[in-house]
Amino acid sequence: MEQASYIISQVINGLQLGAVYALIALGYTMVYGILRLINFAHGDIFMLGAFFAYFLISRFGTPIYLVFFATMAMCALAGYLMEKIAYKPLRNAPKISLLITAVGVSLFLEYFCSLKAIFTPDYIGFPRPFEVSAWNISLGGIDFSFTNVQVIIFAITFFTLALLYLLVYRTKQGTAMRAVSHDQEAAALMGINIDHTVSLTFMVGAALAGVGGILYGIAYPQINVFMGIMPGIKSFIAAVLGGIGIIHGAVIGGLIVGVSEVVVSAFLSSTYRDGVIFVILLIVLLVKPSGLFGKRIDKV
Amino acid sequence: MLEVERLEKSFGGVRAVDGFSFHVDKGETLGIIGPNGAGKTTVFNLITRFYTPDGGRMRFMGKSITHLPPYRLARLGIARTFQNLRLFKDLTVLENITSAHLTGHSYSPFAGIFRTRRHLRIEREARDNAMMLLDFLGLGGKEQAPAGSLPYGEQRRLEIARALAIRPRLLLIDEPGAGMNPREIQDLVATLREVKARFDLTIVMIEHQMGLVMNISDRILVMDFGEKIMEGTPSEVRKDRRVIEAYLGEEPV
Amino acid sequence: MRFFLDSRKLILLAAGIYIVLKLLFSSGIVSEYIQQITIYVFIVVLAATGLNVIYGYTGQFSLGHAAFYGIGAYTSAYLVKTLGLNSVFALPATLLAGGIMAGLIACIIGIPILRLRDDFLGIATLGFGILVRVFFDNSDRISETLGGSRGFTGIAKLTNLEITFVVTVFLLIVTRNIISSRYGLFWRCIKDDETASASIGIDTTRMKLMAFSYGCFLAGVAGALYAHLYTFLHPSNFDFLKSIDFLIIVILGGMGNIAGTIYAGLLWVGFIEGLRIALPSNILDLRWVFIPLLLIVLMMWRPYGLMSKKKGDG
Ligand SMILES: Nc1ncnc2c1ncn2[C@@H]1O[C@H](COP(=O)(O)OP(=O)(O)OP(=O)(O)O)[C@@H](O)[C@H]1O
Ligand SMILES: [Mg+2]
Repeated sequence: MEQASYIISQVINGLQLGAVYALIALGYTMVYGILRLINFAHGDIFMLGAFFAYFLISRFGTPIYLVFFATMAMCALAGYLMEKIAYKPLRNAPKISLLITAVGVSLFLEYFCSLKAIFTPDYIGFPRPFEVSAWNISLGGIDFSFTNVQVIIFAITFFTLALLYLLVYRTKQGTAMRAVSHDQEAAALMGINIDHTVSLTFMVGAALAGVGGILYGIAYPQINVFMGIMPGIKSFIAAVLGGIGIIHGAVIGGLIVGVSEVVVSAFLSSTYRDGVIFVILLIVLLVKPSGLFGKRIDKV
Repeated sequence: MLEVERLEKSFGGVRAVDGFSFHVDKGETLGIIGPNGAGKTTVFNLITRFYTPDGGRMRFMGKSITHLPPYRLARLGIARTFQNLRLFKDLTVLENITSAHLTGHSYSPFAGIFRTRRHLRIEREARDNAMMLLDFLGLGGKEQAPAGSLPYGEQRRLEIARALAIRPRLLLIDEPGAGMNPREIQDLVATLREVKARFDLTIVMIEHQMGLVMNISDRILVMDFGEKIMEGTPSEVRKDRRVIEAYLGEEPV
Repeated sequence: MRFFLDSRKLILLAAGIYIVLKLLFSSGIVSEYIQQITIYVFIVVLAATGLNVIYGYTGQFSLGHAAFYGIGAYTSAYLVKTLGLNSVFALPATLLAGGIMAGLIACIIGIPILRLRDDFLGIATLGFGILVRVFFDNSDRISETLGGSRGFTGIAKLTNLEITFVVTVFLLIVTRNIISSRYGLFWRCIKDDETASASIGIDTTRMKLMAFSYGCFLAGVAGALYAHLYTFLHPSNFDFLKSIDFLIIVILGGMGNIAGTIYAGLLWVGFIEGLRIALPSNILDLRWVFIPLLLIVLMMWRPYGLMSKKKGDG
């Protein structure tokens, strides 16, 4: 029974982390779907989100719901600029040139923000917008607890995903995104404005990562300019696990990666948590390179 | 020489090749014709194993080749060209051919590092053989040009030369006449005949240009919707009503 | 032997450079620090040449090259320390061991990941780099000697100008010869068009594995030289940024161009170390603000690589 409750609490913790990964993974998967680009700097947008929120809360005492909207808007702007300045000029260049550029953008954002004059290279505490409280539940003789932070994270993630779903499947812009992702040339022939659609995809992905950044700050209240690196890579792996380009795949992948990471930390050692992810990646690539929900395609 | 039995392949919902069987005898030239999207190229990609068949069996010179990877098929003597040209564009014309020759003529990395006699001899043979092939296909004097810089017709011929450099027994050619004018087609017909005689080849050729395919093939196979709709000598095929309807359009060619 | 005969010009040139360097070093004009950096340039060039074989010649993108450099460094340092091989004469053996270890691990890891291409291969190698970093950080659990996250200390200083020089020049000539042999030709074919390569009978899987293992072998040897030059190893010396360092050198020098890698390595180390001397340490952080910008500008200026004549749209 002890063991069972422990496992359940760890899984809940894993889902909490996984929810954040899912939010980041969505941006990776959408951008990859549309441009075939691994936007390496996407994890840094997540970092920017956490920092924007930090400043809004601690400097300006902005109410938390406004923090969400403002952060999403700022991250969307950052995503928009990133695409226009760094990636658009290379739209027709070889894939690797784009990836190297993305790595450059990522390093630039990290080290630029680490300057004392911008943010700081040190860890800083993320302000708690509310008091943490926990509930104890007993189900069928198994006790476990969860916190209001977790409830809020799940609620907001769920709400954001619902919005994304509406955008992608119920609006004209969403249809355009899916069309471009399916076949760019055909979409262009149908009169879809590719540039707008790409921009919108970057903005939506960045806004989601921004939400992830705030939630991460609330859940693990230490932030740092390099905080986006590992979650970024893990979320990308989550997107690959779910099947790159597939929206629900990114969500499920994120949850699986989050839970595996927490469970491995709890039962093996926290020092192996980063290693586990690579093992997951290897297994996916070996067993089903197209991911859990992807279809296999031959190419010549 | 090559026997293909009930080959199958679908992409998503599309049955690109649907229970397709055929055979080629030694020394024969087989033409495959059929409308766009009939599945002709897919058959080549299945034979050379760039696609994994969903079903069916293949034998080459009595040996099952269904499960062999592409490079092994090449070494067994099946060479091919590609519909959309796949030269090594950044390599020189000469290197495009020596590379193919050298896959069948091996020396160890050690020999390469220390430049042993064997290494030098094989490299020289590769060069001589390549020069011979280039002359043969009318590409003499262009050895050092990057393959990507050649005009289209010469690129097509270079691809044939590269395929010949592996000393194949069976040559699969996908639309060699595409984008060529009637004069070039005539040259191509002559070249292919010479090539065939000189290298003792069996040829399977996909082609839309009737002038070319009717002229050179011993037997012709007509494909539509992934299936064989008829088979016969060029003159039989020319007369067949189904073929005229399905493929050749209203007027017989 | 033909190996030396064909390379006599290069060997003469190298000998000339060696004599000049040796005179400078022993005359006392150049400080210990500069001497160390000069040797370090060779090491970096060797490791970057390895990446050039993998990426520049064969087209297999790697973001984890520093991991193999690290594996070579740790292997050689560990052997020297535990076996007490504190002699310059044993060094070639441990250098070789470092290289072979790196090459072997590259071979094992390459079997699954070299099926991937381009960006996915980049992420997989990056992931491997992280895995190796996690391993180095926890290495003290396996053996106290390895030092874990505290770093590997007390490594014998065995690397000197002579050995670095001989090893680097020898391996560069070996590399040049492989590149101009059928193996190098196949690598370039694979980079150009993998499907066409298979169609003419190139065993692409094996050739990619060979290039990857050989390139990582070079990195391993370079890492081993590094370990015995600086006598201290830390997991952070072999992280992602180090891999980026090598990548920048290969791109700057021109993909598939060994001479370019040599110049670029010299230029790059000179540039980085020059900044270290010229700039006060608080501005030094700016380096990593400008390096990525340089990378981005390079990519926009020449998206097909520095040596390519193609520009812009394609
Ligand atoms: N890699 C692939 N993925 C999805 N569908 C494919 C693929 N390759 C071929 N197809 C489909 O299979 C069918 C047959 O194509 P194939 O290229 O074999 O035709 P073909 O007879 O060579 O036509 P053409 O004369 O135009 O060259 C087509 O509907 C094509 O769209
Ligand atoms: Mg075709």
